[in-house]
Amino acid sequence: MGVLVLGEHDNNSLKPATLNTVTAACAISPDVTLLIAGSGCRAAAEAAAKIVGIARVLLADAAHLAHGLPENLAAVIAKLAPGFSHVLAPATTFGKNVTPRAAALLDTAQVSDVIAIESPDTFVRPIYAGNARATVKSAEAIKFLTVRATAFAAAAAVGGQAPIEVVGDTVDLGLTRFMRQELSKSERPELTAARIVISGGRGMQSGENFKLIEQLADKLGAAVGASRAAVDAGFVPNDYQVGQTGKIVAPDLYVAVGISGAIQHLAGMKDSKVIVAINKDGEAPIFQIADYGLVGDLFKALPEFIAELDKPR
Amino acid sequence: MKILVAVKRVIDFNVKVRVKADRSGVETANVKMSMNPFDEIAVEEAVRLKEKGVAAEVIAVSMGPQSCQETIRTALALGADRGIHVNTDIELQPLAVAKLLASIIKREQPSLAILGKQAIDDDCNQTGQMLAGLLGWAQGTFISKLAIEGAEAEITREVDGGLEVLRLNLPAVLTTDLRLNEPRYATLPNIMKAKKKPIETLSPADLGVDASPRLSTLKVDEPPKRQGGKMVQSTAELVEKLRSEAKVI
Ligand SMILES: Cc1cc2nc3c(=O)[nH]c(=O)nc-3n(C[C@H](O)[C@H](O)[C@H](O)COP(=O)(O)OP(=O)(O)OC[C@H]3O[C@@H](n4cnc5c(N)ncnc54)[C@H](O)[C@@H]3O)c2cc1C
Ligand SMILES: Cc1cc2nc3c(=O)[nH]c(=O)nc-3n(C[C@H](O)[C@H](O)[C@H](O)COP(=O)(O)OP(=O)(O)OC[C@H]3O[C@@H](n4cnc5c(N)ncnc54)[C@H](O)[C@@H]3O)c2cc1C
Repeated sequence: MGVLVLGEHDNNSLKPATLNTVTAACAISPDVTLLIAGSGCRAAAEAAAKIVGIARVLLADAAHLAHGLPENLAAVIAKLAPGFSHVLAPATTFGKNVTPRAAALLDTAQVSDVIAIESPDTFVRPIYAGNARATVKSAEAIKFLTVRATAFAAAAAVGGQAPIEVVGDTVDLGLTRFMRQELSKSERPELTAARIVISGGRGMQSGENFKLIEQLADKLGAAVGASRAAVDAGFVPNDYQVGQTGKIVAPDLYVAVGISGAIQHLAGMKDSKVIVAINKDGEAPIFQIADYGLVGDLFKALPEFIAELDKPR
Repeated sequence: MKILVAVKRVIDFNVKVRVKADRSGVETANVKMSMNPFDEIAVEEAVRLKEKGVAAEVIAVSMGPQSCQETIRTALALGADRGIHVNTDIELQPLAVAKLLASIIKREQPSLAILGKQAIDDDCNQTGQMLAGLLGWAQGTFISKLAIEGAEAEITREVDGGLEVLRLNLPAVLTTDLRLNEPRYATLPNIMKAKKKPIETLSPADLGVDASPRLSTLKVDEPPKRQGGKMVQSTAELVEKLRSEAKVI
């Protein structure tokens, strides 16, 4: 009885969180199967087959599995799951959408957002915006988990050569139709996988002013993030939001600019290795968790920061 | 059409929670409780659909101890028509909540069930998806826009890469994201009116559901604390520290 991992991909390549989920799976069992479901996704399955630690890849390729529609995809997982002891998915919007549905189809509880695997049936997960951690034991015959990517290292993407097996007989329930997507396009690294993240908050005052954040980000090869207040105000798109209800990041360096440090924001970034805060209010709670705090006006500090990086060393 | 909304009573989002000394959970005695913020958004959306004439009735459901009735009253003050309280002191986990909701839905036959995308206490983000699976209904999760058009709902979802637009057959289960709407405040006259609205009380047994927990919590503890608070005086010092001390740039 091995572990089934639900792979996240865009038909051609794997999303980075898949690799972290594979590492979590390998901590449970050496027998890890990766499921790639989609429409026209053989290239993604071939990429999956190269991941170190994968014993086999299952490829479910059908028009009705396009766009990860959860109704059809959950049915595929629920059919495969009884051959496994565990089903793991990344705790991304994709994994969170489909996995609980598949678990419920098998009358099985799920453990969400796992940050550590204590044993094959005991897992640690954050609760209350990361202010507490619960160690949870599951007695279910098949254990469904979603995995927080930042808590596990990425498995090596190349080096393996697992066989690919085709899964047929998937059904179209016809409950949902995909209309369109509006994906943010960016040349910058993906927020959840970036080594450096520069985030702006309400203190930025406008979307126009986010250019300062972007300039600094580009100097450092960083991704751009934001607080909920900055997203709600329309400065930047929703997928920039870091926090309890946005994305969880844990880069080597997180720079919070004009962000006060509400617990809901901290929940998304406080596992970063080094945190820098720039805020004009010396009392802002963000300073309590920052490794380096700078009290000052961001409209002065950001241009200076950028200029400082340009100086010859 | 009828709409069912699920409203959970949780520790208010402004409260800094504390882990109990015996590590059995977090301190809930004398702590301010509120409706889960995502569920306020769910109620607001349902009430707006009623105001637009799309929905005929809004039913608010909460599960847990007697005190959940307060949360239902809040939903009634925001415009829900009646409440259902599933009264139980059992620790309810998402699968049990989904089964109880599914059983209520079989009796009430709503066209839409609207839940929060996650409860801010346990942050499970499961219940709506499980409910949709149990019912065999379409699901629209993490939504920031909703339009009902005949027997379909067009929704916009907030996903990791941006936004996604889907059309769902009704009946369907929806879960709310923060930007779906801005909930109203309950006015005093509406709070008074809410006191007269009916709340039905049921037990898990009435609904034919075994709600016992499947997962057991072995311990609850605090995450490692960060040692912050170091200040720098200038951007030059900051850049120098990041280069030579932290070695991250
Ligand atoms: C259910 C729920 C979920 C939530 N989820 C999230 C989440 O996922 N992520 C999230 O971020 N928030 C979330 N929030 C919101 C959170 O509570 C805060 O409201 C939000 O994080 C505040 O954003 P902010 O720090 O940008 O704004 P503010 O708190 O307004 O802080 C702005 C800061 O900018 C500083 N500033 C202003 N001007 C300047 C200047 N010129 N130079 C330097 N500094 C300046 C100010 O001193 C202040 O500290 C959630 C809230 C709820 C209720
Ligand atoms: C003493 C005690 C101990 C607990 N220990 C654990 C534990 O060990 N593990 C654990 O996972 N949970 C535990 N819980 C929490 C409880 O089990 C949660 O209600 C349950 O896990 C649901 O998770 P969630 O609310 O995060 O679900 P989510 O899926 O995040 O909730 C999404 C939505 O579902 C609806 N919903 C959820 N619950 C209710 C409800 N009761 N009434 C109405 N609508 C609801 C709401 O619309 C909510 O927005 C404990 C609770 C108590 C009182």
